[in-house]
Amino acid sequence: MAQMTMIQAITDAMRNELKNNENVLVFGEDVGQNGGVFRATEGLQKEFGEDRVFDTPLAESGIGGLAIGLGLTGFRPVMEIQFFGFVFEVFDSIAAQMARMRYRSGGVYNSPVTIRSPFGGGVKTPELHADSLEGLMYQTPGIKVVIPSTPYDAKGLLISAIRDNDPVVYLEHMKLYRSFRGEVPEEEYTIELGKADVKREGKDVSIITYGAMVHASLKAAEELEKEGISAEVIDLRTISPLDIDTIIASVEKTGRAIVVQEAQKQAGIGAFVVAEINDRAILNLEAPVLRVTAPDTVFPYASAEDVWIPDHRDIVDKAKKVYHF
Amino acid sequence: MTKTIDAVQDQFETFQILSEDGEVVNESAMPKLSDEQLQELMRRMVYTRIWDQRAISLNRQGRLGFYAPVAGQEASMLGSHFALDKEDWILPGYRDIPQIVFHGFPLYQAFLWSRGHFQGGQIPEGVNVLMPQIIIGAQIVQAAGVGFGLKKQGKKNVCITYTGDGGASQGDFYEGLNFAGAYAANAIFVVQNNRFAISVPVEKQSAAKTIAQKAVAAGIEGIQVDGMDVLAVYAATQQARERAISGEGPTLIETLTYRYGPHTMAGDDPTRYRTKDLDSEWEKKDPLVRFRKFLEKKNLWSEEQENKVVEEAKEDIKASIKKADGAPKQKVTDLINFMFEELPYNLREQLEQYTAKESK
Repeated sequence: MAQMTMIQAITDAMRNELKNNENVLVFGEDVGQNGGVFRATEGLQKEFGEDRVFDTPLAESGIGGLAIGLGLTGFRPVMEIQFFGFVFEVFDSIAAQMARMRYRSGGVYNSPVTIRSPFGGGVKTPELHADSLEGLMYQTPGIKVVIPSTPYDAKGLLISAIRDNDPVVYLEHMKLYRSFRGEVPEEEYTIELGKADVKREGKDVSIITYGAMVHASLKAAEELEKEGISAEVIDLRTISPLDIDTIIASVEKTGRAIVVQEAQKQAGIGAFVVAEINDRAILNLEAPVLRVTAPDTVFPYASAEDVWIPDHRDIVDKAKKVYHF
Repeated sequence: MTKTIDAVQDQFETFQILSEDGEVVNESAMPKLSDEQLQELMRRMVYTRIWDQRAISLNRQGRLGFYAPVAGQEASMLGSHFALDKEDWILPGYRDIPQIVFHGFPLYQAFLWSRGHFQGGQIPEGVNVLMPQIIIGAQIVQAAGVGFGLKKQGKKNVCITYTGDGGASQGDFYEGLNFAGAYAANAIFVVQNNRFAISVPVEKQSAAKTIAQKAVAAGIEGIQVDGMDVLAVYAATQQARERAISGEGPTLIETLTYRYGPHTMAGDDPTRYRTKDLDSEWEKKDPLVRFRKFLEKKNLWSEEQENKVVEEAKEDIKASIKKADGAPKQKVTDLINFMFEELPYNLREQLEQYTAKESK
């Protein structure tokens, strides 16, 4: 099995699907000759030609409209938004158009579009290059939102996203792109969208998280272990739809939970997970479900982001609070 | 600087074939249409005028929902549509219902769409149209995509999309034109300049004297057409179509037209922003009057033929309303099923809840 970084696994997934289905098209700003600003599409234009992998003019709404139109004519578009902070420019195409295509046509049309985009902080970017805006997508009915945390998941989830007949927003945490390697099979495989992964089993407290916070949570679980607290870590992998069964099964077992997100606290995924736990498992709870989040400010200037972004210590503190409640 | 702009603007003279009196003023541009085709064009315009009158009246009786009147724009809508092939795509705005109906979308479904019933969005197989777009200009970037898709597939077909003078102020208008130009997509962009975006006059939309000239910045063809002259609109669209399918890229067509009625039937009062003088000035250019004069001179149209179309339209509308009335009562459970190919847990649960609620 090959050792790959997450970005190599992402490229590999696109290569697989470009080979697998001639209707798959990969496009966006700088994705052609340049291979993308992060090199996610490295070599793909050379391998599959300009008809399949191509640059677009620099306009996000245009890219979204192009994807919708190509989807209507039978293609399977994989479009890149260069940084997810630019999503505001293409929000109409995503939320008001793709997400409603199936509904608006009473099931006649669909938008089989995959929207890939780097997001997340910790890499010292200029403004609007690091935001965690998945909550905006989560609030939009009609789209799925996928956030991988490992190279293995990145490949399997992206292949599933591309094959999905509904629009999927696939968010790639920039800090995870090259920070570590993992085993990735060279052959194709899929990971079902909407299925969480229990990264570490435990019996005292459930840590429910996704994206880069999976790694901070695993580190926290190790520290907690030293103090005799057994933490279960759940990587949601898909935040819309949630894998409610895995979340509830874990909470029923541990009776205690925290939700960890890199995004701001207000109206986040964490808030929704807490609400779902209250709806479904409140009698199993030994303590309130707490959240570890960033504060409700705009994503900070680069030099303050290390403090702003939650880390494993914040997670340990909250987990202990819940454990000792 | 000013000279550059003038030089550009001066190139966009209004293309016309028929004068207001129905005289051919541009013989060399006359499209090659058979007598039957000319009669069919007239038939469609008369039909649509009657349909519009009936729709307004049905709306006032509460028997129709959202409706954007079309009277005055028949030549612009139906002349451009007449140049299309059955396999061509139409991405309409919410006023562009006549084009999609004459492209094969059943009239009763248009009424259902107006009423806000999901069956009004269920485009039949083989009818290449999209549901009418509500967001101004969103269809323009999508048209670039459909046109690019058709080109990639090597099809000799085009995607035509419609918006209004207000739509030409949207960012998506510029992005759509620019993308289509960059990819030489099989696309035609029609801006029906009816002079008012709800109440805002076209003069306040832009410093540009014409909308057609906006094609220049995108590097594509642009033409301004007398939108009350059905032959000119047809000829311009037909040429744009030829260019697109022979790989010469997209065209922007600005049709100068006017809507006689309000913006929509939802409370708009045009007397707040338009003068009677302006209304009557445009009514003199009426597309039906003009084309009728032209056809009568050729002995191709009579009162009898006109009456026949009027009756036919009334009958169709009556039958279509009746058919629309027979559509099943809309359920929330139907709508839940259209959210995804496979429902996630939350919608599965809500489907159960609403199944129970709706069976009470």
